[in-house]
Amino acid sequence: MVSFIALIAGIIFGLGIIASGMVNPALVLAFLDVAGDWDATLLWVMGGAVTVGTIAFMLAKKRKQSYLGLPMKIPGVAKIDSRLLSGSLLFGIGWGIAGICPGPALVLMGTGNSDALVFLVAMLLGMGIYQMTQDRG
Amino acid sequence: MSITFDLIPWHALTGGFVIGIAVTLLLFFDGRIAGISGIVGGLYRVKKGDISWRVAFIFGLVVSALIWKLFFDMPPIQIETSHVMLALAGLLVGYGTRLGSGCTSGHGVCGLSRRSPRSIAATVVFMLTGFAAVYLLRHVLTV
Repeated sequence: MVSFIALIAGIIFGLGIIASGMVNPALVLAFLDVAGDWDATLLWVMGGAVTVGTIAFMLAKKRKQSYLGLPMKIPGVAKIDSRLLSGSLLFGIGWGIAGICPGPALVLMGTGNSDALVFLVAMLLGMGIYQMTQDRG
Repeated sequence: MSITFDLIPWHALTGGFVIGIAVTLLLFFDGRIAGISGIVGGLYRVKKGDISWRVAFIFGLVVSALIWKLFFDMPPIQIETSHVMLALAGLLVGYGTRLGSGCTSGHGVCGLSRRSPRSIAATVVFMLTGFAAVYLLRHVLTV
């Protein structure tokens, strides 16, 4: 049941990415191009998602367990450290080059787009390099 | 009033709501944050009982495109970045999201939803460097 919910959540998440237009890297780059013909679409997508998410996390905070009896794995309060900032910095550079982040990369795989597949393979490799060199857990 | 309404990109707002519903579902039932880089990254360190939900979520994301196509036309997908640059970008996104513990979904959507200071900082950083990268590539180096 846990995996079934995860499957449905993945499908819904992907449909949201497609419906919002964010599956198209050109639209993401148009948002990031503040000095060009700026397109605010991504902000509306984030706004919509965060509006629903805010209510969800407010309700979830009061719970000790999920509906399926699992622990609520909500991250606690941790410090803003150099790993967080340098990782986000590198991610932002990559995001700015391609206009693709991990979610749309996986959705794009389902569209059969071969350019996006180059990005996805490199992304998985990048995660592997992190795992081999940096992982401390 | 109608003018104001026309300015709202409803498809984007609706898509955002739908993403929020997916976040809610995974949170309420599985007690998990829908952070995609974290869900994928967790598969690199195999822990018993912690694999199938990750695979199921990822599979759902991939097949969502096929399900969409059953009912609607796929919106245009434009990628003008060269393969070399796409590969470089992929490496940076993969490594960076793991080092920074999150991406647009984990920090951007879920983190901002719970007003996490770490996620707010991460989102500000990757947005600013995203702006900077596009600015350099489009308006300075013009490659």
